[in-house]
Amino acid sequence: MKARQWIVAAGALALLATTGCGAADMTKQASPYADAAGTKTVTLSVQSWVGARANAAVAKYLLEHELDYRVDTVQVDEVPAWDALSQGRVDAILEDWGHPDQEKRYVEDKKTIAPGGDLGVTGHIGWFVPKYFADAHPDVLDWKNLNKYASQLRTAESGGKGQLLDGSPSYVTHDKALVNNLGLDYKVVFAGSEAAQITQIQQFAKKKQPFLTYWYEPQWLFNEVPMVEVKLPPYTDACAEKGAADPSTVNCAYPTSTLKKFLNADFTRKGGKAARFLKNFHWSKDDQNEVAQMIAEEKLSAEEAAERWVERHPDVWKRWLP
Amino acid sequence: MSTATSPARPASTAKAKAPAAGSAATGPAARPAADAAPADMPPAPTAGAGPLRALWARPAARKLLVLAAAAAVLVPLAATAWGSGTWPHALTVDLTGPLGRANDWIIDNRDHHWIFLYFFGHISGAIIGAVHAVYTVLLALGWAGVTVGAGLLAWRVAGVRVAVTTLASFAVCGLLGMWVPTMRTLALMIVAVAASVVVGALLGLAAGLSERTFRALRPVLDTMQALPAFAYLMPVVLVFGIGVAPAVLATVVYAAPPMARLTALGLRATDKGVLEAVESLGATPRQRLLTVRLPLARRELLLGVNQAIMMALSMAVIASVIGADGLGDRVYQALSTVDVGSALAAGIPIVLLAIVLDRTTAAAGDGRASHGPSGRLVWPLVAAATAAAAVAARLLDARNWPGDWTLSIAAPVNDAKDWMVDHLYSGVPGVGGTAEWAAHYTGWILDPLRDGLQGLPWWGALLLVAALAWLIGTWRTALTAVLALAAIGVLGRWEVSMDTLSQVIAAVAVTLVLGFAIAVPAARSPRVDRLLRPVLDVFQTMPQFVYLIPVVALFGIGRAPAAAAAVVYALPAVVRITSQGLRQVNPGAMESARSLGATSGQQLRHVQFPLARPELLLAVNQAVVLVLSVVIIGGLVGGGALGYEVVFGLAQGDLATGLVAGAAIVCLGLTLDRVTQPTKAEKKGAGA
Repeated sequence: MKARQWIVAAGALALLATTGCGAADMTKQASPYADAAGTKTVTLSVQSWVGARANAAVAKYLLEHELDYRVDTVQVDEVPAWDALSQGRVDAILEDWGHPDQEKRYVEDKKTIAPGGDLGVTGHIGWFVPKYFADAHPDVLDWKNLNKYASQLRTAESGGKGQLLDGSPSYVTHDKALVNNLGLDYKVVFAGSEAAQITQIQQFAKKKQPFLTYWYEPQWLFNEVPMVEVKLPPYTDACAEKGAADPSTVNCAYPTSTLKKFLNADFTRKGGKAARFLKNFHWSKDDQNEVAQMIAEEKLSAEEAAERWVERHPDVWKRWLP
Repeated sequence: MSTATSPARPASTAKAKAPAAGSAATGPAARPAADAAPADMPPAPTAGAGPLRALWARPAARKLLVLAAAAAVLVPLAATAWGSGTWPHALTVDLTGPLGRANDWIIDNRDHHWIFLYFFGHISGAIIGAVHAVYTVLLALGWAGVTVGAGLLAWRVAGVRVAVTTLASFAVCGLLGMWVPTMRTLALMIVAVAASVVVGALLGLAAGLSERTFRALRPVLDTMQALPAFAYLMPVVLVFGIGVAPAVLATVVYAAPPMARLTALGLRATDKGVLEAVESLGATPRQRLLTVRLPLARRELLLGVNQAIMMALSMAVIASVIGADGLGDRVYQALSTVDVGSALAAGIPIVLLAIVLDRTTAAAGDGRASHGPSGRLVWPLVAAATAAAAVAARLLDARNWPGDWTLSIAAPVNDAKDWMVDHLYSGVPGVGGTAEWAAHYTGWILDPLRDGLQGLPWWGALLLVAALAWLIGTWRTALTAVLALAAIGVLGRWEVSMDTLSQVIAAVAVTLVLGFAIAVPAARSPRVDRLLRPVLDVFQTMPQFVYLIPVVALFGIGRAPAAAAAVVYALPAVVRITSQGLRQVNPGAMESARSLGATSGQQLRHVQFPLARPELLLAVNQAVVLVLSVVIIGGLVGGGALGYEVVFGLAQGDLATGLVAGAAIVCLGLTLDRVTQPTKAEKKGAGA
């Protein structure tokens, strides 16, 4: 049939047109929305937890109002964000909790990502129980006694075991391995997102029910629901190495990590003032919590929260401006 | 509403939402075949025949007997070899290693291997360039230009009412402070739809002109429409990473099949007499195609475009999970912080875009003469007015939507939600709160069902699927279903898939009960039908993502909200197809039943339901397909199971997990579709 030949010919031509004219490096293709209509655009990766949103909100506010950039924020999960950062689809990650694999691949080997310095906040992940429960049962604070309390921590979703509440699937977590390797009678239940986890914790706290949760500092929720950390086997370098080789063998606590910023390598060279500003961005745990609490507790929009903080603390941010 | 006016196509099935669309649109031509009914008629028992022979004479029983015989031989063998608990470990293949290595290889080679530089790179570059170009044009037009242009376009194509809707919709998008995200989604949509239409039309052309291509393509296209959108995300992310390019590609893969199907159907439906007449006039094949077959297929082509647009919109929103930006990203950000108000502010423009695009394209495909003004000068006038509006706005320095003209609905909506949560969430006297419903649904229905399915011996599940699929289909559909289910086991995703399956079954049951309960009065009373129709219309045009927002507020997090969203999403299609089927029942049959003194309940049970059997089966099939697609997305709100694994794979960059889960979703979708798919009249369908 003639028509079929036409179709084949058209297809071949299309293929030729797309492939025939030189190389196209996919890793150098930025977002189509960037720099549209002559504006200078910075794209920030914003993760789902409130602390990270606080960073992004303040950086965005200052970039837009002090340095005349247009800022896009895109929600990408942590690991894909590294990939997107290396391809220049986002320009910066402002709060990274430690991804040694990705750091080695992109910063050391491929050199497509450049370190952006410390955020100024140190983070710690652990297992926490509410203070009211720890006060009544002080021995729950040692992991060896956790099995004793498993029956009290049962829920509909955890079946016959105790519930260890986890948040978003994107967070750094070894909880399944820990539960296995420490022989705990618990089931890890993912709430699906941090917001869901917080809602759940608040509901527990309202009824003074006991719970065990994966949680981290700094976090504004501690002001509302005081929680105490459960001691896990101490973190050692040997354990960390073992965990890096095979994550399912981890059997010790989480480290305390310095939160870092990372920028796209090209962006550090060509990003001008925005890149220098983001490198200088450095604030304390209290500053971050102040903004985070305004967003999460007082339900301000991220922009309003950033605006209020910027008004209150010119001494902090003036130093960041290039 | 949109296609309700088209005379040839039953309104209920012509325009259904996403996956419903394709199969429903082909409905009159291919699906509700008459062959399902006679299969069920008990033949008169012949005198002197043994009971076994009488049984053998019934096709259904014959199939079951064959299956039972096969099972009697195979099951003991399989059970002794591999045990009869969950899927045997010996029969699984672990793909984590190779997939993980493939992922690493791609990341390491993405910037210098030729296949990326000379092939994928160009595809990605072309997409990004196209989206950028469209976005730049939209920005250059400014809000005034876009709004005026869209309004005039709608006026020209679809008449005054749609034009007013369009103007109002764009104004609302701006008022909600969502102008820029709306334009991004629109830019992405325009590129994705254009690509889908071109790809779909080419495929459809090939299938429409060649019998062999048609037969090869049809099962593929059928299957693609039954698959949840989520399953399409993983493979493109593997190759293209996160961003706009993979989002557009996933959208095209998802939206092209209905276009292809409808193009093929339209071309094949050309009146033979007309074709012969033209041939006798000495027209070449190409002339025949261009002057007769394509123009005659205009309605199907435009319906195809309409379907492609609706599916592209729903996918463009889901694709925010892989970095599509725009409105979907706002919904996604809001969902991950359970900020219902902001999610709604981003969700409303999606719905409005969907309604505007749907009405406009549906009116274009209506077949009636143009609704709006006509004449040679109209198009230049539209262009001139648009340009004038753009220039005026630019002169007034108002290219971006003015910041003061926005209305923040997030705070009041969140207050309302908090009130609702406080008052409805728990302890409502008498009926209990939504949280209690959710807990009961999880504890009393989902958990036992899941445990039951997971406790089912693996060969038992295979047998069950074979029996179900064969009873209402052919041995071929049964074989596909069994193989797909076995593939899930081989992939090592048996337990999780059973979890997902339990969620699907429970939600489908709820959907069908509610759907039939609504459809029966709608079929009987034209007034109920009239009241219901706009509601169904709106619900059908909404992308799946939007349904997740309110259910989180009401049911918290877990499997219950996923089920609730799935029920709401699938309900309109079920109501439509069912009420249509019931209404089509031959009035004569109803009349004679009535004259025999049958009560209305008896009429329903003994006349309407049996006679509408093909439509009822189609409704079940659509319910299953639609519910599955939402249950999977439920992974974003704590639904767990396969959907969670895809989300996890994307979130952790652990593509091995995500891809395997995606493949399992595909297999589960295939199984469910085949198990519920009424026999298709292969030959009749081909001739249609």
